[in-house]
Amino acid sequence: MLTGSVIVLASFLYVGLLFAIAYYGDQRADAGRSIIANPYIYALSLAVYCTSWTFYGSVGRAATSGIGFLPIFLGPTLMAMLWWYVMLKMIRISKANRITSIADFIASRYGKSQLLGGLVTIIAVIGIVPYISLQLKAVSNSFSIILKYPALSTPDSQATIPLLADNTFYIALLLAVFTILFGTRHLDASERHEGLVAAIAFESVVKLLAFMAVGVYVTYVLYDGFADIFSSAVEYPHLRKLLEFGGASVDYASWASLTFLSMMAIMFLPRQFQIAVVENVDERHLKKAVWLFPLYLLAINVFVLPIAFAGLMHFPAGNIDADTFVLNLPIAQQQSLLTLMVFIGGLSAATGMVIVETIALSTMVCNNLAMPLLLRLTMLHLHERADLSALIVGIRRGAIVGVIMLGYAYFRLAGEAYALVSIGLISFAAVAQFAPAILGGMFWKGAGRRGAICGLLAGFAVWVYTLLLPSFAKSGWLPISFVEHGAFGVHMLKPLELFGLAGLDDITHCLFWSLTCNIGAYISISLITRPSFAEQIQAALFVDAHLEPGRQRAESLRGDASVNELITLLGRFLGQRRAYDAFAAYALKCGAKSAKELKPDADLIHFAETLLAGAIGAGSANVVVASVVQEEPLGIDKVMNIIDETSQALAYSRQLEQKSRELEVATTELRLANQRLQELDRLKDDFVSTVTHELRTPLTSIRAFSEILHDNPALEPVQRAKFLGIITRESERLTRLINQVLDLAKIESGNAEWHTGETNLIEVIEDASSSTSQLFIDKSIALDLQVPADLPSISADRDRLLQVMLNLLSNAAKFCHDTGGRVTVRAALVADGLRVDVTDNGIGISPDDQRVIFEKFRQVGDTLTQKPQGTGLGLPICRQIIHHFGGRLWVDSAPGGGTTFSFVLPRDCLAPAGDSSRQFGT
Amino acid sequence: MPARILIVDDEPNIALSLEFLLQSQGYEVVIAHDGAQAVREAAAFRPHLVVLDVMLPVIDGFEVCRQLRADPAQAGVRILLLTARGRAAEVQRGIDEGADAYMTKPFATRDVVAQVNQLLARGA
Repeated sequence: MLTGSVIVLASFLYVGLLFAIAYYGDQRADAGRSIIANPYIYALSLAVYCTSWTFYGSVGRAATSGIGFLPIFLGPTLMAMLWWYVMLKMIRISKANRITSIADFIASRYGKSQLLGGLVTIIAVIGIVPYISLQLKAVSNSFSIILKYPALSTPDSQATIPLLADNTFYIALLLAVFTILFGTRHLDASERHEGLVAAIAFESVVKLLAFMAVGVYVTYVLYDGFADIFSSAVEYPHLRKLLEFGGASVDYASWASLTFLSMMAIMFLPRQFQIAVVENVDERHLKKAVWLFPLYLLAINVFVLPIAFAGLMHFPAGNIDADTFVLNLPIAQQQSLLTLMVFIGGLSAATGMVIVETIALSTMVCNNLAMPLLLRLTMLHLHERADLSALIVGIRRGAIVGVIMLGYAYFRLAGEAYALVSIGLISFAAVAQFAPAILGGMFWKGAGRRGAICGLLAGFAVWVYTLLLPSFAKSGWLPISFVEHGAFGVHMLKPLELFGLAGLDDITHCLFWSLTCNIGAYISISLITRPSFAEQIQAALFVDAHLEPGRQRAESLRGDASVNELITLLGRFLGQRRAYDAFAAYALKCGAKSAKELKPDADLIHFAETLLAGAIGAGSANVVVASVVQEEPLGIDKVMNIIDETSQALAYSRQLEQKSRELEVATTELRLANQRLQELDRLKDDFVSTVTHELRTPLTSIRAFSEILHDNPALEPVQRAKFLGIITRESERLTRLINQVLDLAKIESGNAEWHTGETNLIEVIEDASSSTSQLFIDKSIALDLQVPADLPSISADRDRLLQVMLNLLSNAAKFCHDTGGRVTVRAALVADGLRVDVTDNGIGISPDDQRVIFEKFRQVGDTLTQKPQGTGLGLPICRQIIHHFGGRLWVDSAPGGGTTFSFVLPRDCLAPAGDSSRQFGT
Repeated sequence: MPARILIVDDEPNIALSLEFLLQSQGYEVVIAHDGAQAVREAAAFRPHLVVLDVMLPVIDGFEVCRQLRADPAQAGVRILLLTARGRAAEVQRGIDEGADAYMTKPFATRDVVAQVNQLLARGA
């Protein structure tokens, strides 16, 4: 009875029924009487979560690990409790922003980043491919089993069968055709497919009924209820173990990770996002779905354990794969109708998944990958084309075929190595990578685009390395050595025990490392990078969505685009008729008579952009609409650009301020320099004036006494001699003054001649003391030379040093008291060079005077008794000379306590030791 | 009774030459070597004329000039400023402070004597 043709016919009839439902659903939707606008349809369509993997695989898993199949359903049930909070927010955000896919959602959140959208799309496609291959495997297996009816069988490996002889290949092609027919019959602006949702809800009912039929049959026909099955199973020791939690192969880490994985999957699988968010008609439906959906899961799982136990007891030899119990149990009982029903149920579960999943993926590939690239690469070319809707539909259809064929390729490469459940979990682990970016994006404003990109890349890379590549290796497509010994033979890099983390199953291990890297990169990069203004706006829009439902619309466009221009533009993407209808409907809603009467205001342009976003994604729509709307501000991105520019201008203005401050500083410095110059000029004037005064003073005496001598020839000889003496001394003073002024000028200007040679300081001191001996004798001053004989010779200008010593000695003599005067000269080697002290016990110098005696023409002394006979240039010249040799000259004194003038010549001036000893030897 | 003249100069030789010149003219002469001493000598000596150097230790010639003019006891005293600098600004300041005449060093002895005689004759 169950021949191949019957089976194929039944399959096509079933698919035909699905088409009929979809067509009816679309017709009703166009007529404005939606058949899916109730929470039960919504909840049933959510059951697209249960694929052929559920249908066949749960029993397989239960047969090996008892209640170990439960986490896959426990996770969604737990998550459903959070839906009213998390899913509702996702729906509101998505509706407000016309989000078409999970890639669009993430891209939109992070500043409408096309890069991020593309990245999510690639991860989703690669991640979902194993899952699709799983459906192909299930359909193909069930088909080959049922073909052998009533014989029991477990399908052989199909990887070795030639492509054209492989019925899986044809199943894949057929699924692609179904999907294209369901998903891309027309291009809907909102990307909602009412007919499809209705069909999916229907197939959910079919698979549930089919599975429960087997369950009821097994439980109540083969056995006498649940109690009978379990009590029979307990008789078998290896079956009893399956009933014990914590026994068999169940471990807590796996439980936790599987529960977590399926929690993520129910939220972030592209098909779940499509059904739960994109296809959602009314957010209130969620309220019922929150308990209806877990109820569905419970119903479809009630009979998993009975079927598993019945299978294990019926096929104790182990020659029948547990994944096929659901089908083989009715076959063994020759229940042909039930067998066909099970087959249709499994087919239903597989097709439902493949259709919704590939539609979701094709939307992402088209909107987030192909369109941005095409718009960028061939912008002009696309603009010339009148109607792009055909191109978009073409891209989507190509994407559908591509994704399904990738699934088939994976099935050929790796599908044989794993049970159904394991393949599905690989995909679950991939979509779990979206969790940080999405959940973080919805609740954390600080999350940034770069953080999201880095997190996704890191998590995805770890997933590829620790799950995808090993799955290739296990099927022999990659060398297995890389799994067993780590990449490049490095043990730390073993994909299944990364960095030495052993003892976890593959999935838990991958989940741990990928989410650690993902979340770590996501948070840390978000924290250290500053989001652009566009990101901040989108972040606020997403995170605050709960606070202001219905008001999440982005800042609008403004401009003078005509309505016709907008309709034409949208017509190129959506088709002219559809675009015109959409505008007409919008006009009606706004109270205008026709689309022509619409004002091209911000709302209309926003409407156009969201309409277009449904077809080509938010990012692309924004660019395209902006290209028509000429007047700025164009849109949120452009506003953002302007704001960015403003902040650049602010930065520039800050730079200007900085420059202006620098200029002020420079000006101040210039003013100070100028003041200094004026000061120097004044000092020079003062100097000239002072020199003039100092020159005129002796000149005055000379002239006065010359005229007195001339006018008074009869002067007494004594007086005449006195006056002549004055003239002579004042002339000498004048000469000395002129010489010293010239001398100082030469030293200060650097024009002085220095005759540096080997100089014996002892000789210099002795010469100076003998030259000034008359001064000391006149005032009965004791001169004490304390100069060690082994003083090294120095390299200096002998005459200049002599000049210094003469000056210091004559000063000392000058300021000694008339009686009891004593002057001591000491010379010694000290740490920093050669030191000479000239000490007197004279009148001393006050601290105030000490500060000025080295200035020019600043003489001190007791003028009441006698005016000092110096020029006021001696000490300044001495100091210049000592400075020339790199030394220093200073004074220590207290009024009435004597004075010590000291200078130190640095060690550089010391002549080589050999020379000095020779000199002292002679 | 000869006129009394106070010579103020910190250069002993210049003071000596002025003393010789003015004593030769029959004036009674007293010498001070700095500004403070000049003010004290003026109070004691009550000169008819002061020959005053500008650049003086302790108190400069301008200040001495100002104090003499401010002292009612010194009303009518003639002041002849002598300076080795001779800048226009100094001449003006000397006149402002109340000096009667102004001469720069080095001076011709005959000019100094003539100027002194003239100033004393004017005041008589």
